[in-house]
Amino acid sequence: MSVSTAYTGVQANKEGSAFTCAACKATYPAAQVAGTLYVCPGCSHHARVGAHERIRQLADKGSFQEWDANLTGTDRLGFFDTRAYVDRLDEARARQQLPDALLTGSGTIHGFAAGLAAFDFGFLGGSLSTAVGERLARAIEHSAEAQLPFVCVTSSGGARMQEGVFSLMQMAKSVSALHELAEAHLPFISILVDPTMGGSIASFAALGDVILAEPKAMIGFTGARVITQATYEQLPAGFQTSEFHHARGLIDRVVDRRDLKAVLAQLLAVLAGPAGEIDQALA
Amino acid sequence: MTAGDLEVEAAPDDAAAAWAHVEVSRHPDRPYALDLIQRCLDDFIELHGDRQGGDDAAMVIGLARLGGHRLAVVANQKGRTLEERGRRNFGMAHPEGYRKAQRLFTLAGRLKLPVVSFIDTPGAYPGVAAEERGQAWAIAQTLEAQLALPTPYLAVVIGEGGSGGALATLLADSVMVLEHAFLSVASPEAAAAILFRDAGQKQHAAAALRLEAKNLLEWGIADEIVPEPEGGAHTDWEKTAALLRPRLEARLRMITERGFDPARRRARYRQLDGLFDA
Repeated sequence: MSVSTAYTGVQANKEGSAFTCAACKATYPAAQVAGTLYVCPGCSHHARVGAHERIRQLADKGSFQEWDANLTGTDRLGFFDTRAYVDRLDEARARQQLPDALLTGSGTIHGFAAGLAAFDFGFLGGSLSTAVGERLARAIEHSAEAQLPFVCVTSSGGARMQEGVFSLMQMAKSVSALHELAEAHLPFISILVDPTMGGSIASFAALGDVILAEPKAMIGFTGARVITQATYEQLPAGFQTSEFHHARGLIDRVVDRRDLKAVLAQLLAVLAGPAGEIDQALA
Repeated sequence: MTAGDLEVEAAPDDAAAAWAHVEVSRHPDRPYALDLIQRCLDDFIELHGDRQGGDDAAMVIGLARLGGHRLAVVANQKGRTLEERGRRNFGMAHPEGYRKAQRLFTLAGRLKLPVVSFIDTPGAYPGVAAEERGQAWAIAQTLEAQLALPTPYLAVVIGEGGSGGALATLLADSVMVLEHAFLSVASPEAAAAILFRDAGQKQHAAAALRLEAKNLLEWGIADEIVPEPEGGAHTDWEKTAALLRPRLEARLRMITERGFDPARRRARYRQLDGLFDA
């Protein structure tokens, strides 16, 4: 796949020959930033990466087996705002090379098998459609069935307005599926990356047994712009960043993307590794 | 699906009808949760606090009887007077409100009480303090608590059903919606701002979202529409309550008699789209 869908937010360099950091504006050869996992070599700003790239970064080479590759949704409401929703969907599918905003499958992380799900923010803002909710719920259920821990990397603006109340109900669907995982005593590791907002953080993404976040990701229920418009409140420094939530006990660890795979492997070594005599007795 | 299958942008008549529906649901004289609780339930006694340091007046919890049945009750509460509107925060809860609801679900589970919820909220409060104290986490945990509740659970949307804040007390075994109430992924104003970049397009957004009670029933998100007096619930609170009370009791009985099981509730929300083979 081309670099153009590997990361977003850098319109000027869609050809993929160079990478301009959205934060510090420095330009680097594309190959160099691919090596730093699209973290700016200069200022450590974490560029948004697509779902395919995210899986490539986390799963051991050749280990990823996609689930439900052909599962897509429909335009239930016949929705038309400034454009037809079906046209937006077709365009996003072609551009992001995904059926909807979530890629799921099984893979290994430094040898530890896990169910994996990665949101694609470039696909209609990683928003929660019925198809995304279904793909997510199935990934959770496939994981439970295969006795695998479940790892989800969320980058999502929240509800998909064009699917109305069906989008809202995906929050309920995902939490319902997570109940199965909990009943099977399997861990859910939730990784929050920029941005994780609205209905996504107010449902499955906040329910990880362990919650990790990339540095300076924007995370929250209501976006800063809406809060300012609705309440005229002054926003505190660093409002809604990963670090802000970590300081308030809502996120376990803020992890640099370049360390993420190693931290996941360490967690899985404890949570999914062999049991000893004492914890075996609890199984 | 091709563009030819699309409905065109909502016709002006649809927009006007959808907007009228929203306006009735928000009518300043509409009966709020406590108005209906006092008229439909017996022996209601309010409880206070989330037991973690807060007592959010936008979320009311308590115990009551309905006919011969014992109940636990949770409700979004709006204020009527200027003072009360402020104290109730226009029915928009902070994290303490959702934790208060969780406490009620826990209590109901332990004491084996059926739960009835009354939903009437523009949504969860969009403020700095709410975010600082984990608004999203509080809502997520409340969703989880509802889907684990081991007793029968009935939700009634009595006015506005705004977004995740409404969902926090909606995931019941059975959902009833008053005739002029609605449930929406976002307020029409917020949806218009996002979709049209113009909150003034709220009427079109309301129509496009198809948020009216009849759609919820058609899609199986609601199980029953509760009729309101001619013109809307604000015209006659006593009659509104008289229409609601027997339906509450009949629904609770139905949930219990068909063989109550929280796994069935989870299956309902797992399969709600009706689009995918299980």
